[in-house]
Amino acid sequence: MMDTLLQIDLLYTTASRVLLALLSIPLGMTLVRMIYGPTLADRFVALDMLTGVAVTAAALTMAVTGRREFLDVGLGLAVFGFMGTCALAAFLESRGKK
Amino acid sequence: MNIDVVLIAVALLLKTIGFAFLFAACLGLLRFQDPLQRMHAATKAGTIGAGLTVGGAALASAEGATLTIAVLIILFLTLTVPVAAHLLGRAIYFSGAQLLGLEERDALQKENESDGM
Repeated sequence: MMDTLLQIDLLYTTASRVLLALLSIPLGMTLVRMIYGPTLADRFVALDMLTGVAVTAAALTMAVTGRREFLDVGLGLAVFGFMGTCALAAFLESRGKK
Repeated sequence: MNIDVVLIAVALLLKTIGFAFLFAACLGLLRFQDPLQRMHAATKAGTIGAGLTVGGAALASAEGATLTIAVLIILFLTLTVPVAAHLLGRAIYFSGAQLLGLEERDALQKENESDGM
């Protein structure tokens, strides 16, 4: 019974590690949009998407390492991402109205 | 069937579904042809993906503190991402993006010409 539990735990950690490695694909897609985005608005949208990717990466890192402080990191990233998106949107709007 | 096994299986399922949603969001961000369409893909599917992944990660380590933080994150994302999406959409429209696929008259044209908020 103990052996089965250990195996399940190993499977869970390995799967989380694989998902964390696979997260580099969405990260690369967001990076491509941020570099080649034709307008400034596309880059801001990509930055907003980056917040979601970062929160996901924090949650997966918590599953891989088993340290629950990484979930607090995710909460902080969500807060700062929201603030940054609001500030950039206000900047973009005041810039476009001129 | 142990309860821990069921919990971990559900957590893995949630994480995989969340990753699929996040991948779809990034695919939309890459492939759509208009800043407003890209914003639509990134905010909606991105929220679902991040929320499901956080929920799955917290469910596997079934402690009270972890679940509290996870519920806080999901609640915060659900409350703030629509606000951020609205602000971004408004800013994108006023910065001069064309609304593709709009056949009829632009209902926001009057807002665009007046300079008040």
